[in-house]
Amino acid sequence: MSVLLVAEHNNKELKPFTLNAVTAASQMDTDLHAVIIGNNCGDAAKKLSELPLVKKVIQVEAAHYENFVAENFAPVIVKLAENYSHVVCSANTFGKNLMPRIAASLDTSQVSDIIKVISADTFLRPIYAGNAFATVKSKDPKKCITIRPTSFDPCESSGGSAPIEKAEPSEEFNNTKFVKREEIKSDRPELGTARVVVSGGRGMQSGDNFKLITSVADKLNAAIGASRAAVDAGYISNDHQVGQTGKVVVPDLYIAIGISGAIQHLAGMKESKVIVAINKDGEAPIFSVADYGLEADLFEAVPQFIEELNKLNTIQK
Amino acid sequence: MKILVAVKRVIDYNVQVRVKEDNTGVVTENVKMSTNPPDDNAIEEAVKIKESGKATEVVAVSVGEEKAQETVRKALAVGADRGILIKADGILEPLAVSKLLQKIVEKEKPDLVFMGKQAIDDDCNQTGQMLSALLNWPQATFASKIEIKDKKLEVTREIDEGLETIEINIPAIVTCDLRLNEPRYASLPNIMKAKKKPIEQINASDLGVDTSPRIEQIKVEEPPKRKAGVKVKSVAELVQKLKNEAKVI
Repeated sequence: MSVLLVAEHNNKELKPFTLNAVTAASQMDTDLHAVIIGNNCGDAAKKLSELPLVKKVIQVEAAHYENFVAENFAPVIVKLAENYSHVVCSANTFGKNLMPRIAASLDTSQVSDIIKVISADTFLRPIYAGNAFATVKSKDPKKCITIRPTSFDPCESSGGSAPIEKAEPSEEFNNTKFVKREEIKSDRPELGTARVVVSGGRGMQSGDNFKLITSVADKLNAAIGASRAAVDAGYISNDHQVGQTGKVVVPDLYIAIGISGAIQHLAGMKESKVIVAINKDGEAPIFSVADYGLEADLFEAVPQFIEELNKLNTIQK
Repeated sequence: MKILVAVKRVIDYNVQVRVKEDNTGVVTENVKMSTNPPDDNAIEEAVKIKESGKATEVVAVSVGEEKAQETVRKALAVGADRGILIKADGILEPLAVSKLLQKIVEKEKPDLVFMGKQAIDDDCNQTGQMLSALLNWPQATFASKIEIKDKKLEVTREIDEGLETIEINIPAIVTCDLRLNEPRYASLPNIMKAKKKPIEQINASDLGVDTSPRIEQIKVEEPPKRKAGVKVKSVAELVQKLKNEAKVI
């Protein structure tokens, strides 16, 4: 039996985390097929076929797949799953929304958000906001797995030439209609894959003060993150939230500014390679995970930090 | 309109979770338990809809051990009309929970089912979507705004790229994000009143659902510890260390 990977894309291009999911799926079984469901998604299907780890691409197209509605996607994948031992996709909002719908239809108990493939049926996954790691073995004949993309390296993206087969679309699910998507466009690196992330918390005190975070991020070509408290307070939009119920990031450098470090925030960033914390409360839990902690008033320290960065002529671009 | 809200009893979100020494799980003895946080948002939203006159009844349901009754009782204290406790011991996977909830939906025939988007203990993020699949109902996951329009809901969903709006026909499942609303606290008089509200108890085994785990938990371990870092005295020292020691800028 082989593995079916569900590709995430925007009908033109593959989403970057699809490459991480391919890596994870290939560790379950090297006989790896990928399904791409969309509308006029031929270009993305071609890119999928170029991934050397992918042995076959299955392309399913229909107008009602344009906006990735899970109720439309699930029946196609459930049908294809007859021929596979595993169905895999990323544990981001796309996969979290979709995979349980597939799993329940297959009468499979899904294994969510794995961070390591131990064997074809045994996986490591964080529970309790990453405060414990569980090793779990799936006993279901078909396995439905979502993977934490930042825990797997992206696969090689060129050199392959897998055959692309077309499969029949399923009928449209009429009780769900896509209305609109408001994507926040930014020239910055994506939060999930950025080398450097600069995050602000409740200590920023206002949305306006987030300009300080933006300035640091500009200097370091960084993505901007935030704690839930900052998002709840309306300082910044939800797509920036790092944590248990937001995004998980693993950058080379994570700078937490005015973030106390609630368990739920740490869950989203504590695997970062180097963590810097700037906070005026020396007892703040963020210092327990920080490689470099600076106990200072951020409104004094951050402008100085920007000034010091200006002095360096080795800014990464 | 009738709204069924599923609530789960979990270790309180402020508790520092500890792994058991024998690696069979985490310590739950003498640990503060609470309602799963986004389930509080689900109850709040249902109660608000009822208060606006668009719903006639809010029923809170929980699956778990006897003590999960406290979680149902808390939902009653913030405005749910009555409760259901499906009693089951041991580890319950989301698939089993969604099958049990399906039985309750078939019996209660609600127009909407609300629950939190994720439980903060197993972090699975599955039950709502699974229940939707079993019922073949539409699903609106990670909801941060719900508008009722006749027999439809317009739901704003929090997705990685920003926000998405979908329109779903009733009956439907909504899984709630933390930003959907601000859950209220139960007032003392309402806590007293809640004690008189009925909670129906049902044994999971009487519902004809096989709840035995399909996933074997081999072991639970502490995550690798980060080694303690240093406190720097000044911004200049910080920048120097980032450049010369960590070599990340």
